[in-house]
Amino acid sequence: MISPTVTSHRRLVLGVLGLVAVLLVMSVLSVVLGARSVGLSTVVTALTDYQPADSDQQVVQARLPRLFAGLLVGAALGLAGAVMQGVTRNPLADPGLLGVNAGAAFAVVSAIAWFGITTAIGYVWFAFAGAAIVMVLVYAVGSLGRDGATPVKLALAGAAVSAMLTSVTTAVLLTDSATFNQHRFWTVGSLSGRRLDVVAQLAPFVAVGVVLALGAGRLLNTLSLGEDIARGLGQRVGTARALAAAAAILLCGAATAIAGPIWFVGLIVPHVARMVTGPDHRWILPYSMLLAPILLLVSDVAGRLVTRPGEVQVGIMLSFVGAPFLMVLLRRRTREL
Amino acid sequence: MALGIVARARRRREVRVGVVSVALAAACFAVFCVSLALGDVDIPIPEVVRTLFGAGDGGTGYIVSQLRLPRALVAVLAGAALGLSGAIFQSLVRNPLASPDIIGITAGASAAAVIALLVFGLRGFPVSVAAFAGALGAAAVMYALAWRQGVSGYRLVLAGIAMAAMLTSVVSYCLTRADVYAARDALGWLTGSLNAKSWATVRTIGPGVAVLVPLTLLAGRWLAALQVGDDLARVHGVRVERARLGLLVLAVALAAVATAAVGPVAFVAFVSGPIARRLAGGGIALVPAALVGALVMTAADVVAQNAFPSTQFPVGVVTAIVGGPYLLWLLMTTNRSG
Repeated sequence: MISPTVTSHRRLVLGVLGLVAVLLVMSVLSVVLGARSVGLSTVVTALTDYQPADSDQQVVQARLPRLFAGLLVGAALGLAGAVMQGVTRNPLADPGLLGVNAGAAFAVVSAIAWFGITTAIGYVWFAFAGAAIVMVLVYAVGSLGRDGATPVKLALAGAAVSAMLTSVTTAVLLTDSATFNQHRFWTVGSLSGRRLDVVAQLAPFVAVGVVLALGAGRLLNTLSLGEDIARGLGQRVGTARALAAAAAILLCGAATAIAGPIWFVGLIVPHVARMVTGPDHRWILPYSMLLAPILLLVSDVAGRLVTRPGEVQVGIMLSFVGAPFLMVLLRRRTREL
Repeated sequence: MALGIVARARRRREVRVGVVSVALAAACFAVFCVSLALGDVDIPIPEVVRTLFGAGDGGTGYIVSQLRLPRALVAVLAGAALGLSGAIFQSLVRNPLASPDIIGITAGASAAAVIALLVFGLRGFPVSVAAFAGALGAAAVMYALAWRQGVSGYRLVLAGIAMAAMLTSVVSYCLTRADVYAARDALGWLTGSLNAKSWATVRTIGPGVAVLVPLTLLAGRWLAALQVGDDLARVHGVRVERARLGLLVLAVALAAVATAAVGPVAFVAFVSGPIARRLAGGGIALVPAALVGALVMTAADVVAQNAFPSTQFPVGVVTAIVGGPYLLWLLMTTNRSG
């Protein structure tokens, strides 16, 4: 375990640069690889001197929105997970596990089915509202009882609220075939078919969320010492929580509006980041922000390669990676749970 | 003198549980008759009762006994099985939120059934078999994952939630790969439905429930023994791990049988235990839980069939819409006492 002393500060900075490099490589790979692989030179030509008639270049153009969506959604979910784990001091906090994504998803489905809103910029506000309501609800339900919000109780509350929302969503979908047909593709969490203008419209929300989250690093460090100590050190615990919650809501809401509900990224990435950086949130947050898109892009590319010429959506690939990870986590850290 | 007080308190509680059980059974029978009476052709209740006891006339007798009775019976059996299963899980894990429909067991059944429906194109009985196997398989994997010199409640729950997440993805994936009509049919199964349940279904679920329910009620004493905590239970000679495993197997089998017959009906398993506990004044109340489950399922089916004149909803829709908010209210008031 590396703790950030003065000498390893340099190592952490190098680590960030390394991650950026890996991210760039993955970005290129995500455009190059797929059901139909294109060459690197084609990518360059497509970006600099686009010829619409060339089908290879068309493939590149089709994959670019996917790449940007992946970067944005990945960064958002990774940060949201890190922030949530920091604020709740709960190693299991993940936007998916705690039902936040289900809340955003349910709100989006409601918007489509009952209000006829089909543009992402229209239903993203519903996504925020859904994410916010569920976050408060799950935390409230999980905190009742003697021990407060233990990891297990939060996870169960999240699962219960998710189950309820999924049931009601299914009930709505059973009566509305058109929405069902759209929804079954959206609900697995996927980066395919995401339009660049949608991604561009939602990017500002993610940007604000990122700024809030990164700025909360020091607050999270103090919170991690425990509420009483934090108050004793003069920190306004309520404000810190509210800020973190706002960041998480913005990030999760936007990510879900872009790509549908995606689990496990927010769970896995902060743990991996923590293994490298130690407990300092000022490093965990940027590392999470860089690692998550890498994970997302790897899953996306793998999903495209695994069942050529079809594809497995990124949400499903992540579940297959994330669920085992959660179980390994279970076995290693049961004492804290 | 103290012993006398304890004995009297225990007897008072047993009486209360008994009274509650009888009341629930009566309510269940009443709703059962209502479900037989309502429908495309409304049959007066006295006529229904007469037919049940073998003295009805031909036309209504056919409607009641061939068309509606099997459905109502399946509702009662599946509801009782789910209610019992939920109560055991909630008691073992000591958390009212831990229920087979949350911790991956019905998700296992769903995944297996959806694969059978969409990938292999099966219908009917083989789908139920697949669902049953899926539930048992998922439970076995969960147990293995949570094992670490024994299985504790919270590890089981977390393993279950992880499995549920993965299995839900499998279901979603299958739904995206099929054509929209097949997918919609599968969605219907996934919601839990009592439509088109015939005597064949009764013959499938009946024996399973008839065997499992008495076994479970017998095993109920282990449940009470485990409530005092593992160490204390061991001191009293209870083989803790074996008791827990046995109870889990029974609870999973109950949930699996019910889900195989009617699909994963949400929330029946969830709410039956807490409701039964409130009615019985605290403590584990297995018989009331089973009866509450049967009551909930039958009542939900009556609503699902008759609430809207032109459409018949799957029973799972009603339980979800009613069960969800009620569940939240239940949790907020139950959890307060820890």
